[in-house]
Amino acid sequence: MVTTLDQVFREEWGRVLAALIGFLGDFDLAEEAVQDAFAIAADRWASDGVPGNPRAWLMTTARNRATDRIRRDRVLTAKLGLLARDRAEVPMNTTKFPDERLELIFTCCHPALAIEAQVALTLRTLGGLTTDEIARAFLVPERAMAQRLVRAKRKIKAAAIPFRVPPVHLIRERLDAVLAVVYLIYNEGYGGRDELAAEAIWLGRALSELLPDDSEIHGLLALMLLHDSRREARFCDGELVLLGDQDRSRWNTIQIAQGSAELDRALALGGRGPYVLQAAIASLHAEMPCDWAQIAALYGELSCLTGSPVVELNRAIAIAETEGPEAGLRIVDGLGLDDFRYLHSTRAELLRRLGRADEARDAYRRARQLTDDGAERRFLDRRLTELAGRTGSA
Amino acid sequence: MKYIMLIYQGDALERQAALPEAEQKQVYADYQGINETPGVTPGLPMGLAENATTVRVDGGKTLTTDGPFAGMKEAVGGWFILEADDLDAAIEVAARVPAARYGGAVEIRPSEVYW
Repeated sequence: MVTTLDQVFREEWGRVLAALIGFLGDFDLAEEAVQDAFAIAADRWASDGVPGNPRAWLMTTARNRATDRIRRDRVLTAKLGLLARDRAEVPMNTTKFPDERLELIFTCCHPALAIEAQVALTLRTLGGLTTDEIARAFLVPERAMAQRLVRAKRKIKAAAIPFRVPPVHLIRERLDAVLAVVYLIYNEGYGGRDELAAEAIWLGRALSELLPDDSEIHGLLALMLLHDSRREARFCDGELVLLGDQDRSRWNTIQIAQGSAELDRALALGGRGPYVLQAAIASLHAEMPCDWAQIAALYGELSCLTGSPVVELNRAIAIAETEGPEAGLRIVDGLGLDDFRYLHSTRAELLRRLGRADEARDAYRRARQLTDDGAERRFLDRRLTELAGRTGSA
Repeated sequence: MKYIMLIYQGDALERQAALPEAEQKQVYADYQGINETPGVTPGLPMGLAENATTVRVDGGKTLTTDGPFAGMKEAVGGWFILEADDLDAAIEVAARVPAARYGGAVEIRPSEVYW
């Protein structure tokens, strides 16, 4: 019973809130009303059972709560007069409600908000996470997170950030901003905070439902699923395990299948964008034997799209597999990423393979200096121990 | 929704001065275009920041200093009022201001009574 309720809440929160914001044009009022409705539901459904159409029930209850509040509070009535958006009155008893989650996510990820605010607001409104949960996930005090949310909502109102799906000429750019927020949430989760990874995948799924013909959404969802499928195998007794050494029986085959299906869909839509390419690379990495030549070619394509030296670094790793460490090292040494720890760990690895132990040691040490992550440090320490006593230079 | 649009020149004046004549004309035409955009109320032409005088009052004593409150490059260089539906509409107008593409910027401030 409790799980069912949780599931309904999880599935419906974003949708009901989005519809209420669309209806009221006010984030705070909508959030309070939806919170009330969910509290009433938790109380009533536990004894009376879940109604046949929980969404309609929640939507209607939330709307009624909002109208009650408005009637009670004349100040709020005045506020409602200031709504930026006119909308036709929808009868309260209807079971058909527009799905306005897209409008909501575009508002939350509007570039006029700071990226931290975009992330927090997306998790709060669409994901239904509490302020406390978001604060804990980002290691920020709850008060600071609450303030971040308040400030973001205040700016949406004061600056009149629109609640709508952007017009055609803006949508690509704005959608990229949305995907960046989802991927950022995922990457926070990949670092160990599992709940954020699950949240990002959930958001990716919701987006792919709402905009089923966008290849980059499917690409991002595929990328997250494929990476996530290896979550269990990435660590063994708390220690980092590199892809090649992972126990493949610990990979999540359901997620791999789902990720591959999303990737196929993205490719069928003609997708060649950055997320699709990264997902294709992630998918190739999981194959045995690994097609390094194709991975190198895809990184080349990605590098042209993004101009990112980090992508070039990854291409160097793939080139090292096909053409030898020397060829990889030539690319690495041409990159200006001196403060990037993975540049040094990659250099170290290639130098180690070339038998240039002294230089490899220096590079491992430099990488270690730049790393605060415990598991990564211990990994580098193990490499340094292996190299101890070995000599060799070019 | 009313927005106050603040124009910061940054390096724009120098860069515009170095442009070929045809492009300079385009800059003037673009400013003219902004002034004629529906919803825009042009501000008074703002003189150079170097001719500004900044006034402070400390313990009843009026102190004046030469120059703008912010640094010369960070000083407001111009302004206009824009009546627009929402922030996206304001961003589109801001992006058409020549200073924004020649190293300056436009700040969009919603008009709001917050006190």
